[in-house]
Amino acid sequence: MAYSEKVLDHFKSPRNVGTLNKDAKNVGTGLVGAPECGDVMRLQIEVDDATGLISDAKFKTFGCGSAIASSSLATEWLKGKSLDDAMRIDNMDIVEELALPPVKIHCSVLAEDAIKAAIADYQQKNGITAPVAMAEAVA
Amino acid sequence: MNQRRLIYLDNNATTPCDPRVVDAMIPYFYEKHGNAASRSHQFGWEAEDAVDYAREQIAKLLDVEDKEVIFTSGATESNNLALKGVFEMYAKKGNHIITAETEHKAILDTCGHLEKAGAEVTYLKVKEDGLIDLAELEAAIKPSTILVSLMWANNETGVIQPMREIAMICEKHGVLFHSDATQAVGKIPTHPREVGIHLMSFTAHKMYGPKGVGALYVSRKNPRVKVTAQIDGGGHERGMRSGTLNVPGIVGFGKAAEIAREEMQQDAARLSQLRDHLQTELTKMEETKVNGNEQSRMPHVTNISFKHVEGEGLMMTFNQNIAVSSGSACTSASLEPSYVLVGMGLGDDLAHSSIRFSLGRFTTKEEVDQAIELVRNGVNHMRDLSPIWEMYQEGVDLTKIEWSAH
Repeated sequence: MAYSEKVLDHFKSPRNVGTLNKDAKNVGTGLVGAPECGDVMRLQIEVDDATGLISDAKFKTFGCGSAIASSSLATEWLKGKSLDDAMRIDNMDIVEELALPPVKIHCSVLAEDAIKAAIADYQQKNGITAPVAMAEAVA
Repeated sequence: MNQRRLIYLDNNATTPCDPRVVDAMIPYFYEKHGNAASRSHQFGWEAEDAVDYAREQIAKLLDVEDKEVIFTSGATESNNLALKGVFEMYAKKGNHIITAETEHKAILDTCGHLEKAGAEVTYLKVKEDGLIDLAELEAAIKPSTILVSLMWANNETGVIQPMREIAMICEKHGVLFHSDATQAVGKIPTHPREVGIHLMSFTAHKMYGPKGVGALYVSRKNPRVKVTAQIDGGGHERGMRSGTLNVPGIVGFGKAAEIAREEMQQDAARLSQLRDHLQTELTKMEETKVNGNEQSRMPHVTNISFKHVEGEGLMMTFNQNIAVSSGSACTSASLEPSYVLVGMGLGDDLAHSSIRFSLGRFTTKEEVDQAIELVRNGVNHMRDLSPIWEMYQEGVDLTKIEWSAH
């Protein structure tokens, strides 16, 4: 199977690989997938208390090239966004941007799940109940 | 040496043709283009002679009679003919077939087809090292058993089943024994009569011959085995397989068998050294595991799991330079890990982390050394990206985590 140029680019030079302090109050961590399914994504966001915007995002992914590219792209998109805007990132946006073939759509779903899990973790730590956008995303 | 040449370490998928094979084939596309069944002119006679000669070359490699070699389109067809042909021919004797979970799909799917037609099939499990349990095999045989079908060497791990011991059990119980020897023929000695195998499938393109031609060995005496034809027509191949013979392919197959017979020993000795070198160097990395019995294994194959790294992603780090296969079937429509490795009791996570390296006649030491470096760099790159590698290094017990399967 041939990969798109964008997948190859993210795979070869992944953006924002790394680890944020998961115990910090302003860091949200999402860990999704399972080793036996062949992909695990850990996506972390750091939120600026003053602005409420995502100031940093990091990832590490165990998985195929599309899974790595999906999470790398997600961290790029997350930086500078508000949590509400971050909640609106849809897996199909990732599919389109990376030109993922149908068999790789699950990678984008996993990236969306990871974003939502990281936001949920941050909100839980800070005693925030789910914002309006969450309801929209679920619906 | 040209550094950009793609290093081919996927010889279990298919081998390149030996140039000597192609040279032997070429006249049979042009001046000697006859149909081997044409009895009335020179073209036909030449083609028939060429097929007879190739049949002899192959019979010599197997140490059998030339009439016992039936040409087919490949090992998949041979496996279909053996299983379906025996099931139909021996229907009065019984309907029970014994095989193993780690067989090739050409066996498993054919068995599935026969189950719908009334066969009862026992799928033996394998031990952690990939070998079947002989006591389990014997215990599975019953009065209605007509056939045991077990592969000589596994395509994914190279593990060699104890052919002689299996044959003795079959002989004791009067059951026919078929072996899918696709990965073994031409690479290690495979003498079905001496071992006690009654039917044996194999193909040219795994032994430096062309694609599209294979054969089924069918024992003609002690016992005389018959199979019901699956392709009807002009009655070629003693009525067992109709269809105009693929003369150039068969000529190439014969030449490949002749070369294999002469060079097998030196090829195997050289390749096992190279394979051992590759395996030793790669397993020096932390958290690696060789899959399958290392004592009973093909000389040119090793299957290694690189823990906490996903196989398809890993391959992507070096697939501009090295061609190998992964036990992670993430590339195909199914996202299932290798059923062969899972059947050996490997967890799905380790199966997803495995790579099969299969060397061949044209693999060089320089290529293996380059591959070692590229794979090591790839594993390190992927581990730097892997959250579970990080957790492992922090001492997190990965089995205690509640993963969200999706």
